Amino acid sequence: MSLSDWLSEPTNWVFLVVGLGVAGSAFRVVTSKNVVHAALYLVATLGGTAVLFLLLSAEFVAWVLVLVYIGAVIVLFLFGIMITRAPIGYDASLDNNRRGIAAVVSGALFLLMSWAAIDFFGSEPLQGIGEGTSTELLGESILGRFVFPFEIVSFVLLAALIGGITVARKDATPAESEEGV
Amino acid sequence: MTNFLLAAAEEEVHSAVEAAYTSGFWAEYAWIMLVIPWIAVLGIIFFGKRMKYLGAEIAIGMLAFNTIWASILFILNITKGVVYEGAVTIAEIGSNLIFELGWVVDGLSIMMYFVVSFVGLVIFIYAVGYMKGDVRVTWFFASFTIFAGSMLVLVGAPNLVQLIIGWEGVGVASYLLIGHYWEQKENSSAGMKAFFTNKVADIGLIIGAIMVGVTLGTFKFSELSNAAAEHADSLALVAGMIGALLFFGAMGKSAQFPFHIWLPDAMAGPTPVSALMHAATMVTAGVYLMARTFPLYQNLAEDIRPWMVAIATITLFAMGLLALVADDIKKVLAYSTVSQLGYMMVAVAAGGYTAGVFHLFTHAFFKALLFLGAGSVIHAVHSNNMSDMGGLRKDMPRTYWTFVIGSAALAGIIPFSGFWSKDEILVTLGHEGYTAVMWIAIAGAFITAFYMTRAIMLTFHGSYKGHGHPHESEPVMTVPLIILAGFAAVVGFLNIPGVEFGGRGNFTQWLGMREVVMGDHHPTAPDWGMAAIGLGAALLGVLAGLALFARDKATQQERDKFEIPALYPLLRRKYYMDDAALGLVWLIKAPFARAIDWINDYIIDGVVNTMGFLTAGLAQLVYGGLDQRGIDLGFNAFAYASGGSGERLRRLQTGRVQQYASVFVGAAVMFVIGFVIFG
Amino acid sequence: MTLAPVLVLAALLFSLGVYGLLARRNAVLVLLAIELMLNAVNINLVAFEAMLQDSLATGQVFAIFVITVAAAEVGIGLAIVLLIFRNRATANVDEFSLMKW
Repeated sequence: MSLSDWLSEPTNWVFLVVGLGVAGSAFRVVTSKNVVHAALYLVATLGGTAVLFLLLSAEFVAWVLVLVYIGAVIVLFLFGIMITRAPIGYDASLDNNRRGIAAVVSGALFLLMSWAAIDFFGSEPLQGIGEGTSTELLGESILGRFVFPFEIVSFVLLAALIGGITVARKDATPAESEEGV
Repeated sequence: MTNFLLAAAEEEVHSAVEAAYTSGFWAEYAWIMLVIPWIAVLGIIFFGKRMKYLGAEIAIGMLAFNTIWASILFILNITKGVVYEGAVTIAEIGSNLIFELGWVVDGLSIMMYFVVSFVGLVIFIYAVGYMKGDVRVTWFFASFTIFAGSMLVLVGAPNLVQLIIGWEGVGVASYLLIGHYWEQKENSSAGMKAFFTNKVADIGLIIGAIMVGVTLGTFKFSELSNAAAEHADSLALVAGMIGALLFFGAMGKSAQFPFHIWLPDAMAGPTPVSALMHAATMVTAGVYLMARTFPLYQNLAEDIRPWMVAIATITLFAMGLLALVADDIKKVLAYSTVSQLGYMMVAVAAGGYTAGVFHLFTHAFFKALLFLGAGSVIHAVHSNNMSDMGGLRKDMPRTYWTFVIGSAALAGIIPFSGFWSKDEILVTLGHEGYTAVMWIAIAGAFITAFYMTRAIMLTFHGSYKGHGHPHESEPVMTVPLIILAGFAAVVGFLNIPGVEFGGRGNFTQWLGMREVVMGDHHPTAPDWGMAAIGLGAALLGVLAGLALFARDKATQQERDKFEIPALYPLLRRKYYMDDAALGLVWLIKAPFARAIDWINDYIIDGVVNTMGFLTAGLAQLVYGGLDQRGIDLGFNAFAYASGGSGERLRRLQTGRVQQYASVFVGAAVMFVIGFVIFG
Repeated sequence: MTLAPVLVLAALLFSLGVYGLLARRNAVLVLLAIELMLNAVNINLVAFEAMLQDSLATGQVFAIFVITVAAAEVGIGLAIVLLIFRNRATANVDEFSLMKW
């Protein structure tokens, strides 16, 4: 399939625009010299991913991504940035001095994975695009066939909740507890 | 089943069992008994603090309702017989494993509904008086209601999954209640000890339940019983393993040796908690599980029954001995409970379904009575130790007389309830051919009578050794004692062999009202010979107790002299192996004991010291010559070599996580590339 | 629309995540990079689901599970970062080399 064939399909145009946006903002997430900007670029990446999910007819997952990630996780990140007093604003020392090695390793990884993707699934068509997955099907699947993983994930969340509180809680020092603080 | 949560509302009820009496409103709606405790818990938490008795009203009202309902079921079962099972599907796993919540109404569960509700009700009323002025009354009643409610969920369970839910609920509630006074470290530690000990045993229960589900494709008790009764081949292959695993779980909750360790520490909770835990909830759960799955043990898992009998026998005898030396009155009762649980377990394991459960039934009344009586005494003297008590007979007459009735029932004095149930256990053991175990159980009856006499003498007779002026507890505490004393005196008559009430026989037939025939042995006429032996052992125990403890030991010195200073601490430290020997020494009393003491001090110590001296000399020789010069040289050379290489290799460990990650990802990429090229 | 371009995009996101994981000093930024990698996995799951048209929607279900676990991971991760920051007054990964010899 030639490039012109590929470009003749309108969904591919949408994919191209969204994909470039996602890739560009993801690149800025890991290279930005400003911590808050990095977090906001992650929002853009995730928003683009949500559009991509809509394109792949996974509406429910797209909205879960928007709600959970953009709504909750990013807020958590911003809190983390504020609390750890990470340098807000331009900061050259956000990267360590092994960027070269990191670039080589991740570049090799990218080449390997994209080679594998193209080699094995090069012309595999995506069926049922635009048909939409019913949320009812997802619900039945989660609470039917996958109820066990579902329960385990709920347990993981509970453990994370308790663990987060326990780890981040400020324990009184011996002197403080003697004072009854 | 597509609509999971709405299913509960839709009430998709299906009766699984061919029933003798199914049309009853009371059986079909028995789930209300399992549900209202949880409504009560919410009520107590949200409104309790604003009420006059801080939420106790809700808990008591709930249990009174349940008691009435259970009594109606009890009467229906006596007159017509009730077997009913209903369930609501909660979720389907895969294509054939179904999770259900439900309620089972049959002879066994009706008996348990009644015991939990009624004994619970009496204890809750008592707790209103006992907990007055406590720091966290509302919280206490909320957890207490969770405790009773979980037990109701457990005994109403038609399948293993719901049983495990109730089982864990009981465990959590016991943790909360044992650690009720968590400001003191040892109390919260006791709670954790109970919880974790049970958790270890629960592993067995859960694995056993999974094996049942995998083997039969269902967790239902009724189908398990039917498969066992029909000797189903698939089940027969793994029955021994399932039986052992379920018993392992039951050992934890029912405090069988060696899982008994949590129970004495569990006395850290308030006394009503101990009473409920020992009488109606928690510890009876294990015996209940054995009774519920009895057809499995009766028909298929016969190989492991001798092992179960052995464990239960150790429990009933060794733990009874420990009750002989405890000074804390609640610990005396705690060890006594463990010992009585051994009786129940030995009966069920030996094949006496009715005998074991009947002992559970009578034990619930008299042990609740004894704990509440002990609580009344503790309330009056503000100490748990019997060395601070004595002479309370005159000050607390109602507590005294009810305590005596409870002790007589526990010791097995005719005509109180414990006599009939213990006699039935002895008869069962004899009939099933466990003669040696039967004689140990008779010796256990002697010990039981002995330690209860000791407890009564030290607590209520002699002279008062505590501080202040003790006085009788208020009616809200003594009336429950009197009610329980009445029941402890008479419930034994329900199961006299050969004596029948109306058309449906006696307790044996009521309890046998199950989905399959239980097929255990029922004597048709009383065995007076066995009764005489059991009663004789109990009376001997009382006499021994009186002989040793009737004389008042007014001062601490006299008590100390009696307690045999050299030996007493050993027993107190629960050296199990020493128990039997030291118990004997104690019986022989002071002169012999002093002689043994003297031998211990001069002869044995001398021998030990000489041995020690010789050993030390020899060790010095070996150490200096052989070890230091010979062997150490080799070790040193080796250590030097590994130390040197470690010194060089450790430089790889920079502690920089990202460097490790680089190496890790890079190596993975290279590995995959290599795999693609060469693979 | 074909599968390969989507997979390539996911591979790019994952590699950028790995780069961020290896090159960033600030612990919060490292966590951000991990989110990128998890997101790439989600794209893969949904894309394969769209290719296979599974009757149970397995890919999407597991994408939701991954999102859930990622939320838990961020919570715990930030709690740990917070604790380290409180103890050592820095959130730079290469400054708390506690595992060093």
